[in-house]
Amino acid sequence: MSEAITSRSTDQEAALKVQNLTVAYQSNPVVRGVDFSIPKGRLAAMVGPNGAGKSTVLKACLELLPRLSGDVRIHGDLFRKQRRRVAYVPQRESVDWDFPVSVLDVVAMGAYGRLGWFRRVNRSVKAAAAEALERVGMSAYADRQISQLSGGQQQRTFLARALVQEADLFFLDEPFAAVDVATEQAVMELLRDLRARGATCLVVHHDLATVPQYFDWVVLLNEQVLANGPTESVFTADKVSQTYGGKLVFSRKFFGSDGSDV
Amino acid sequence: MFEWQELLEVLSLRDYNTRLVVSSAVLLGAACGPMGAYLVLRRRSLMGDALSHATLPGVALAFLASVWLGGDGKSLPLLLCGAALTGLLGCGVVQFIRDRTRIKDDAAMGIVLSVFFGLGVVLLGFIQSMPKGSAAGLESFIYGKTASMVQNDFFVLSGSALVVLSAPVLLFKELRLLCFDGEYAAVLGWPVKRLDALLMLLLTVIVVAGLQAVGLVLIIAFLVIPGASARFWTERLDQMLLLSALFGAFSGWLGAALSALAPRLPPGALIVLVASVGFALSFFFGRERGLFIQFLRRRFLMQQGDAKDDLVCHR
Repeated sequence: MSEAITSRSTDQEAALKVQNLTVAYQSNPVVRGVDFSIPKGRLAAMVGPNGAGKSTVLKACLELLPRLSGDVRIHGDLFRKQRRRVAYVPQRESVDWDFPVSVLDVVAMGAYGRLGWFRRVNRSVKAAAAEALERVGMSAYADRQISQLSGGQQQRTFLARALVQEADLFFLDEPFAAVDVATEQAVMELLRDLRARGATCLVVHHDLATVPQYFDWVVLLNEQVLANGPTESVFTADKVSQTYGGKLVFSRKFFGSDGSDV
Repeated sequence: MFEWQELLEVLSLRDYNTRLVVSSAVLLGAACGPMGAYLVLRRRSLMGDALSHATLPGVALAFLASVWLGGDGKSLPLLLCGAALTGLLGCGVVQFIRDRTRIKDDAAMGIVLSVFFGLGVVLLGFIQSMPKGSAAGLESFIYGKTASMVQNDFFVLSGSALVVLSAPVLLFKELRLLCFDGEYAAVLGWPVKRLDALLMLLLTVIVVAGLQAVGLVLIIAFLVIPGASARFWTERLDQMLLLSALFGAFSGWLGAALSALAPRLPPGALIVLVASVGFALSFFFGRERGLFIQFLRRRFLMQQGDAKDDLVCHR
């Protein structure tokens, strides 16, 4: 009895809990038996080599890909019941940036879920979109056509769109891929701000050097989860090297014992 | 050639039959425009072509079925139902090939387009060789026969056009999200597959309704050219949809009116030619993306650059 209660309460503490997740493309498993969980209020990185299935795991959590097996719980419940609490920042290249919409139009899309059928984008949605643009430092670009944006500005636009969703669990797919330093700093600042407000973020991340500095939780993935936990105990030379198939040799300072060394 | 008086009479739709034909072409153009704009934006222009070509075996099969059941095979609703069925089947096959193999969209559409059309041509030939079969009229689905449209055709066409035009008005927000970022739409909880199917269904409706007027070979031009032309003039989706409807309607009006003046020239072809003149004009003079404005912008930038260079030199 008491055991059941304990396990439930830990379930509720996890913002995201993935159990035994297996996903396949055309009958080839991409990830198998993936198990991990992320406690509330963490900035979590998902790290692994190319083709490790990081985006696949993200998309399977969001029910964009069919799973062969497995269970995903968001704040203890199914995704489709917690949809309003989840925001998604896809990879930049996933859309056509030549599409005839303005930056504000794109950001307002974050509110389409709560607007519902037939209702038009109204003044309060536009106000929310403008505020989100302000938070990512893009106010000046609200009326620009999106094809005029740089890579970093595209990324900020997507981030603003996610903010408009008013979620408390954020999935970000490579938000730092090919963006300028200023954008990287701005995005990080925003993610820290979200964490301070109690939100949880799962970020697919490539730059190993910045992991200890940016994230307080790490999921190491290479077709399966090799480790999952607080950065200082999971992000060690041994485990990372194992994740990358033992092919990488890291200098010591990379994994400084205090975790802050880069 | 012809008198101005006659030209004026036709363009102002004074004659009943001309009025019928021209209004049909206008409605068809107005409804095809926005559907084509969505196709262009989603880079699925060929899908419209595959769909229209895949209607031919349906027309032939519907004719055969009707003859077999004892009719004369000339029931228009039946022929159009057949057309819609194989048209949708064609799209389904494209999607099946794309999803289940490593063959990409364009190749899948090319395969479906040619195979279905080939099958249709063979079936038409077979019908022609039947002792009882008078397939006269079936070929009109290939190139269209606007001039011989009757009132019933007009009602079918205007009904279809109204239904199709209501989608971008009622579902503007939903379709914009679907076309821009379908995965994100799915995460927000929108039934992406159903919206996609709805667009496909509306496309089928307007293509099948337009078969009679411009024929299955040229309907793709009616779909894609106005949408592609509109893109040169605006960076906003609502304006692009409206413009494409206007371009389509205008091409339909002028093309059909011209063909009423010169009855030997097929209307479908004239409509397409008018539309392509519009495309050429948009291509060069479009306000947002035309070649001319791009040239001006580049020159403006270069001049600014020169001015800066001058400053540097003088210092």
